[in-house]
Amino acid sequence: MAYSEKVIDHYSNPKNVGTLDKSKKNVGTGLVGAPECGDVMRLQIEVDEATGMITDAKFKTFGCGSAIASSSLATEWLKGKTVDQAVQIDNMDLVEELNLPPVKIHCSVLAEDAIKSAINDYRKKNGLEELVFEEKIH
Amino acid sequence: MVQLPVYLDNNATTPMDPRVLEAMLPYFLENFGNAASRNHPFGWKAEEAVDYAREQVAQLIGADPKEIIFTSGATEADNLAIKGVFEMYASKGNHIITCVTEHKAVLDTCKHIERQGGEVTYLPVNNEGLIDLKELEAAIRPTTILIAIMYANNEIGVIQPMKAISELARKHGILVFTDGVQAVGKIPVNVQQDGIDLMAFTAHKMYGPKGIGALYVRRKNPRVKVTAQMDGGGHERGMRSGTLNVPGIVGFGKACELARLEMDQDAARLSQLRDKLETALLQIEESYVNGCRASRLPHVSNISFKYVEGEGLMMGFNKNIALSSGSACTSASLEPSYVLKALGLGDDLAHSSLRFGLGRFTTEEQIDYTIKAVTDTVLKLREMSPLWEMFKEGIDMDKIEWAHH
Repeated sequence: MAYSEKVIDHYSNPKNVGTLDKSKKNVGTGLVGAPECGDVMRLQIEVDEATGMITDAKFKTFGCGSAIASSSLATEWLKGKTVDQAVQIDNMDLVEELNLPPVKIHCSVLAEDAIKSAINDYRKKNGLEELVFEEKIH
Repeated sequence: MVQLPVYLDNNATTPMDPRVLEAMLPYFLENFGNAASRNHPFGWKAEEAVDYAREQVAQLIGADPKEIIFTSGATEADNLAIKGVFEMYASKGNHIITCVTEHKAVLDTCKHIERQGGEVTYLPVNNEGLIDLKELEAAIRPTTILIAIMYANNEIGVIQPMKAISELARKHGILVFTDGVQAVGKIPVNVQQDGIDLMAFTAHKMYGPKGIGALYVRRKNPRVKVTAQMDGGGHERGMRSGTLNVPGIVGFGKACELARLEMDQDAARLSQLRDKLETALLQIEESYVNGCRASRLPHVSNISFKYVEGEGLMMGFNKNIALSSGSACTSASLEPSYVLKALGLGDDLAHSSLRFGLGRFTTEEQIDYTIKAVTDTVLKLREMSPLWEMFKEGIDMDKIEWAHH
């Protein structure tokens, strides 16, 4: 199975690899997946509390090329969005943009989970109720 | 200048040796006869070529030519041996002993046997990939008819103690079958000295063509018989009907001859290259060799690079280096290698493994290139790995509640 150009590009030049200070109140962290399953994603957002705008996003991913590309693309999309807009990101958008084959859809689901988990972490830290999401089939 | 791409997946298949191809070519156009055609020169030529190849094949493993049954490959030979013995010796018993790290062609055939009312014991292996002879002996029952243990493993290259296994089997009057696919042609395998009664092997793992393999079936002490799984014209002493694949057989014979003549020098050169590769890659922090290093094929190395995922790792260089991983990110099950898991490796380490299979045409420049490419990619991906960061911060990852999915 050959990877799409976009996956290769994100893999070769990943955007926003790194770590934000998770002790800061305006940083939300999502850690999803499991080492036994062969992929773990950590996605972080930094939010401008006044505007609700995501000013920075970083990721680190243990996984295949598609998992790395999904999280790299997710951080690109997150920056400049408000938290409320970010909640709307759907895994199928990632699938479409990266041309992921069916066996790699779980990588995009994981990235969506990571976004939601980071948002909920941010909401919790700021005294907001955690959002409840419908479980997607992995 | 390094020759690219680098092919290090020789356990999956080998390129053909040009000398093998050369030997085969006349048997496509000029000498196309059916080896079973007894009444004209086309048939005679084909038969002569098959007889000669049968000798070349037999000689490599210390067998008599009459003991070689040509098949379409090792999967068919595995099936013929196990199902054939199970049916032929039904009056003696219905129990087979095998091992959890066998190739699927053996494991799935054993599953089939179980569905047919047979009983199968799957021996575990230790953390080096070796079976325990005491456990083997303890598994023997009065109804045991066959011990099926592979000579050398395809994923980790670990060589099982065949001689000790066959001595044990002989003591109890049980037949020994071995899947010799990875070992034959690479290390000395001798059915007499090793006490093997049946052995499957194939041409395309030793620089021969695909689509041709053989089952060795012992004719003396004891005389072994298998029930045919393919009925028809009664070829191959009635054990495997079907028109013989003459060009394939000629190529198989040539490949066996070359292996016999060049095995020692190939093995010496490749073990040196393999050790160079392994020593260099073990310089990387948190990297581990999988399988028993003291009893292993000379051209194979299986290494786990903790905290990076195998498929992601391969993507860093798979345009230029072909190898395989125990990770199974592409398979529907997402299950990593069952062989590595049988060694007691955690799923995380199994997902982080690469298998290097060197071959006759691997050069030192290619190994140097591979060392650099793999090292660079591991280091790059670790910078991207949340697990590596946690490890470096001293976080105990076993204590994290992972969201399993």
